[in-house]
Amino acid sequence: MKVDNELLWLTGVVVGLLGISSLVGWIMSRQELSDSARRTVENLNERTRAWWVMTAVFALALATGGIGSVVLFAFSSFLALREFLTLTPTRAGDHRTMFWAFFVVCPMQYVLLWFEWYPVFVIFIPVYVFLFLPIRSAAAGETENFLERTAKIQWGVMICVYCLSHAPALLTLLKIPGYEHENGKLLYYFVLICELSDVMQYVFGKLFGRHQVAPTVSPGKTWEGLIGGVAATVAIGAGLWWATPFTPWQSAGMSLLTCLMGFGGGLVMSAIKRDRGVKDWGTTIKGHGGMLDRLDSLCFAAPIFFHVTRYYFA
Amino acid sequence: MINSTLAGLFRLMTGAQPRWQGCEPNLNRRIYFANHCSNLDGPTIWATLPPELRKRTRAVAARDYWTAGPIRRYFAQRVFNTVLIERRKPTRNDNPIDDMVNAMEDGSSLILFPEGGRHPGPDPVEFKSGLYHLAKRVPEAELVPVLLDNLNRVLPKGELLPVPLICSVTFGEPIRLEENEHRNDFLARARAAVIDLRDN
Repeated sequence: MKVDNELLWLTGVVVGLLGISSLVGWIMSRQELSDSARRTVENLNERTRAWWVMTAVFALALATGGIGSVVLFAFSSFLALREFLTLTPTRAGDHRTMFWAFFVVCPMQYVLLWFEWYPVFVIFIPVYVFLFLPIRSAAAGETENFLERTAKIQWGVMICVYCLSHAPALLTLLKIPGYEHENGKLLYYFVLICELSDVMQYVFGKLFGRHQVAPTVSPGKTWEGLIGGVAATVAIGAGLWWATPFTPWQSAGMSLLTCLMGFGGGLVMSAIKRDRGVKDWGTTIKGHGGMLDRLDSLCFAAPIFFHVTRYYFA
Repeated sequence: MINSTLAGLFRLMTGAQPRWQGCEPNLNRRIYFANHCSNLDGPTIWATLPPELRKRTRAVAARDYWTAGPIRRYFAQRVFNTVLIERRKPTRNDNPIDDMVNAMEDGSSLILFPEGGRHPGPDPVEFKSGLYHLAKRVPEAELVPVLLDNLNRVLPKGELLPVPLICSVTFGEPIRLEENEHRNDFLARARAAVIDLRDN
């Protein structure tokens, strides 16, 4: 994959947005504010700083020409699965099952991806792992809450490994006519839209949020935030069509799809957190919480984005 | 060098976050006493201490277990510099309390698991009397309760390979042996101090 001008432009867009965010945060932090407002601004600035770091890591990984991105996502899957299973009640009988999940299933999925073995990549976890993990747990002999335990482990592996692996799959498993060797931009575009949608929903929610979408699940999500955030992201997504194999209208549609799946992902993962009685999945990323707090939308949007693109464009 | 690398590795594997809830890390002579369910317990507390404290803090471990085989002996003596004690047949000449007191007189703090072995349950079982006798012999030492959470899932008893789940190490408010406090009252209070850290 060569580094072309369009990729630099995409990076320019992100650096510009982050620059604006840093500037606004800096101006706000110099104003007289109430305690709660100051906490919000501090959190906002922490988030922006973390975004600079995440953008740099992502861009560097992409610059290696593929392998860096695959390793980065594999590592992210590993950390996400770790956060997920930490909050999932399991029993001693699941110990070796979890060992397989962490050290065999997770790396294997990314090896399949790197060697572009598409037919196995798509069924490895939903079929082979799905059948193997409960066998391993049953062999350990503990029957208490058996179905519940195996279902939770499988679910964690599906979300954190299978679903997330579809993002770097955009690099290796898509052959789009007329877009050869340019897939790096598509991955960049997808991650940008997905994360931008989160950020825009947060910003619009903070500014105009009144009516909650799902008060019992996630009190922070509002209709104003959702509609405003999605509209803004779709507009930006449409404007970035030149970096993708899509026309402007198609790009708007793909952005909308990404935003809606991402929103759904945030909602589902919030429901799990709420049930487990925690606010964040972890403490890995300062200001944001755990890895899964940032990856939840990506996990839900990646497989759909990948398959729609593959079906209609490849 | 090897030690700090190893400590880093342990923190990475267990994701262990130290929470200094009831006290600050300092160089006072202390006895850290904790619940015990995994072979990783001692190394994890050791690894989450700041480097200066790590050098002067020694875990107390069973001689019978940690001298069985060259690998265990290497880790016990060279890496973690443990205080190895006789737990099976203590005699007047081979008194584990003496070994612990000697180590503390050399300026070390200790990590102690007063249950006397690994127990898988969420709460620690009744404490053995060693902590009481030690507290009596070293009255100026701070007794710091420590709660280890999730380590029984990382490496349960009987398993060889760890699973990298995220653990926490919570340090509570130091307690002391009160004057004329009865042994069983003190041990129950010490145990409750560990359990109470879970609710916070």
